[in-house]
Amino acid sequence: MASRKTSHSKQDKSDKYSILLPTYNERENLPLIVWLLVKYFGESGYNYEIIVIDDGSPDGTLEVAEQLQKIYGEDKILLRPRAKKLGLGTAYIHGMKHATGNFIIIMDADLSHHPKFIPEFIEKQKEGNYDLVSGTRYKGNGGVYGWDLRRKVISRGANFLTQVLLRPGASDLTGSFRLYKKEVLESLVERCVSKGYVFQMEMIVRARQLNYTVGEVPISFVDRVYGESKLGGNEIVSFVKGLITLFATT
Amino acid sequence: MTKLLEWLFGVSLVGSVWALVSFDLLDLSLPQTYKDVAWPMPLYLLVSFGCYSLATVGYRVATFNDCDEAAKELQEQIKEAKEDLKRKGLKM
Ligand SMILES: Nc1nc2c(ncn2[C@@H]2O[C@H](COP(=O)(O)OP(=O)(O)OP(=O)(O)O)[C@@H](O)[C@H]2O)c(=O)[nH]1
Ligand SMILES: [Mg+2]
Repeated sequence: MASRKTSHSKQDKSDKYSILLPTYNERENLPLIVWLLVKYFGESGYNYEIIVIDDGSPDGTLEVAEQLQKIYGEDKILLRPRAKKLGLGTAYIHGMKHATGNFIIIMDADLSHHPKFIPEFIEKQKEGNYDLVSGTRYKGNGGVYGWDLRRKVISRGANFLTQVLLRPGASDLTGSFRLYKKEVLESLVERCVSKGYVFQMEMIVRARQLNYTVGEVPISFVDRVYGESKLGGNEIVSFVKGLITLFATT
Repeated sequence: MTKLLEWLFGVSLVGSVWALVSFDLLDLSLPQTYKDVAWPMPLYLLVSFGCYSLATVGYRVATFNDCDEAAKELQEQIKEAKEDLKRKGLKM
């Protein structure tokens, strides 16, 4: 532990990163995201495991996951499926119970979150011993791909409103690409009551409330190439509801 | 204290200062100019905050990065990954 700055690859043998990948109909994306994770973790040398939480996808995601497990090994790919679609929030809780790492990384499996940023997350975390590191589309070199003007206006407008009303101390509240210390995630999950998409917002707002430290890393967010969006539709309605709830309760 | 309470507290604080000055509730016999300035203040504040918001959001929309490079890189990596996975025996 003496030479903290010299090498990022061999230090802290005790640190282990558990990546939670919730999937629902991600047959095409799952092998690609796993391949990229293996690639970047291989290059950076950190100890890791990938936990796939599939909610009985009818497209056979689980079957693909089993093949991947054979290819990369049961110590690297863990399958923790559930019988039916129970939602994203509980998928994280379920996955976390089985995680053996002292850090947990949460990301979407649809390739909109690129694993190349994970080494940056890890370095950022070490830099300030942050309790959580959040990817942000709204800062520095962060950004998006495949968004039209309307979506950008809604996104920026919603973000501005949230910043004014909640002053959360983090620039990207609805993004879900984050690294947590395991015990921090556990204590946050215990307190968070919202479901689905608002869950991400609540997690970071409560983190600030509990005086956890937050680091940020700019990320590029590329819209999913394969498969269908599961949220969509009334996203704006649930955002507004969530914002009001958090405004009144935190 | 919840954010809602913080806001209510802040708004009522500003509101009471405003009322005190505008209507001279404490009979301090403030000069008329004070009252004239204070009276339309809430409207000015609202309008300037509105302008500030629009300008900020507009600027941020205009400067929202388009990550074309990232998308291109991803496409290439997808190709590479598919070939490699096929070699490793994955059936898609
Ligand atoms: N296990 C599980 N995973 C889910 C569920 N709903 C969504 N997911 C996964 O959660 C991640 C995020 O969901 P998305 O559908 O991509 O949501 P989004 O990113 O807001 O929407 P788009 O990217 O526009 O499609 C993906 O990896 C999904 O496969 C669920 O009910 N259970
Ligand atoms: Mg997505």
